[in-house]
Amino acid sequence: MAVAAGTPPRPPATRAVSALAGAAHVLQRNLLVYRRTWRGSLFGSFLTPLLYLTAMGVGLGGLVAQGGSSLLGGVDYLHFLGPGILASTCMQTASFESTYPIMGKISWRRNYEAMLATPLQVHHLLIGELGWIGFRLTTIGLVFLVVLSLFGIPRSPLALLAIPAAALTGLAFSAPIIAFAATRTNDSGFAALFRFVINPLFLFSGTFFPVSQLPDAVEWVAAATPLYHGVALVRGAILDAMPASWPLHVAYLVVCLGATAIVAERLLRRRLVK
Amino acid sequence: MPPSSEVLVHARSLTKRFAAFTAVNAIDFDVHVGEAFGFLGPNGAGKTSTMRMIACSSPVTDGELSVIGLDPRTHAAEIKSRLGVVPQADNLDAELTVLENLLMYARYFDIPGPVARARAAELLEFMQLSERAGDQVEPLSGGMKRRLTIARALINEPELIILDEPTTGLDPQARHLLWERLYRLKQRGATLIITTHYMDEAEQLCDRLVVMDKAEIVAAGSPRQLIEQYSTREVLELRVPEASRPGIDGRLEGLADRVEELPDRYLLYAADGEQALEAIHQREIPIESALVRRATLEDVFLRLTGRSLVE
Repeated sequence: MAVAAGTPPRPPATRAVSALAGAAHVLQRNLLVYRRTWRGSLFGSFLTPLLYLTAMGVGLGGLVAQGGSSLLGGVDYLHFLGPGILASTCMQTASFESTYPIMGKISWRRNYEAMLATPLQVHHLLIGELGWIGFRLTTIGLVFLVVLSLFGIPRSPLALLAIPAAALTGLAFSAPIIAFAATRTNDSGFAALFRFVINPLFLFSGTFFPVSQLPDAVEWVAAATPLYHGVALVRGAILDAMPASWPLHVAYLVVCLGATAIVAERLLRRRLVK
Repeated sequence: MPPSSEVLVHARSLTKRFAAFTAVNAIDFDVHVGEAFGFLGPNGAGKTSTMRMIACSSPVTDGELSVIGLDPRTHAAEIKSRLGVVPQADNLDAELTVLENLLMYARYFDIPGPVARARAAELLEFMQLSERAGDQVEPLSGGMKRRLTIARALINEPELIILDEPTTGLDPQARHLLWERLYRLKQRGATLIITTHYMDEAEQLCDRLVVMDKAEIVAAGSPRQLIEQYSTREVLELRVPEASRPGIDGRLEGLADRVEELPDRYLLYAADGEQALEAIHQREIPIESALVRRATLEDVFLRLTGRSLVE
């Protein structure tokens, strides 16, 4: 090293880190941490679908199968539920990863302060974090597909498309929640977010029953949330019954992600660069 | 390496405002290549805001600033790639080990793996942390964390190292080790910018310094120049029996350039403290104890920024 070895300072050769490379460094940092925790994390991803499918799909599903099949789109309850659980688990994991860990890096441990003292910029941090959450959701999708296969739920290789669909669903929640986290000075808002937004969506966005069962007004609210569109895509892929409206669902999620990512970048910048 | 006349940081009318609050009010200074330059001042004087502008972490509100010949407004990423920043409070990555902290930080600078590993090993050695390379950061002592933070700031071989209160909160052993390492860095040609409110630290480390108070620079020069300009060579500290305090001001007249009355003692600023003490004995002024000492930067600092508490 020039400073410690007594050689003169090197010429100014360093180039600006390109956006993707910068984001890749942020992603790499999270993967380095994940290396120590991945076993527990993957085990959790395995357990969640197993418990839900056994308890509600097989147990509860046995009770509702007779009456509901046509409303469920011609499948039994287990097949209806499985894909929905995948989409909602991705929503929940993405939401969690966008709250406490992001706040920690903003204000508790101030990782972002340290990172922004390097050539990294705010949009590198955001893209890197979204990339990391995308990676986590992909591993969840893979494990889920394995578990769903144990129950014989996927009907064709098209089911593999459920992985990017589920990841996109989660990311459409991540970006706005990171934007929200960037405005918080403490974590009290997060409990409210989960209680009043994420959990109701989990219950009412088509995971456990078709939203057509809801009163019309509520049905429209449900259809406006990203989870509804995510569930439609994931279910279509896994049951090999992609609705004709799939491009609209994809577009809705992409616009959600893109628009809120721009807001998140602005709010993070306002918070971190003063 | 002696400081050169080449200017590394140049500021004119540099200003930082947060809404209606002015944190830095039109200050001028130049930092030269190879020198250790200090910013002194009480809390809230604007030192950290100035540091953050130099480090391109905080946008300049108004005025002129160039760092390594570049404008932070347009070349922030390039400037940052050539700076080392040691923040006031450690912000190490608590989820990584000591060595990983250095290697990951090197990645942020786009430093290739083999180069990063070689530098990290060298820096851990230099900062006496080699034995803790594989440990988590949290159990490290305050002094070790500080040294790791400084090692991390050196990973990109910075031309300029910015240290914001580098030894605040450390015990004397840890402070002295850190001073010694910083002095060695300077010997090897590094340029240092240091903020501190420890006067002994400023005297130990800084070739030149500025004293900031209420967002402005109130004095500038080398520690010796500042003492000459704002203090006398020596200070006589007198403790006087409570009973003889009334009317003592008149009796002390003419003995020193300046007399300061404190709740527990009097400070007489004089070129020759022993001579002043002799005169006090001659005037038969009753005293409990007397101490003659050399004037320090602390005397300058307190004179310039006042004794009232800043919180």
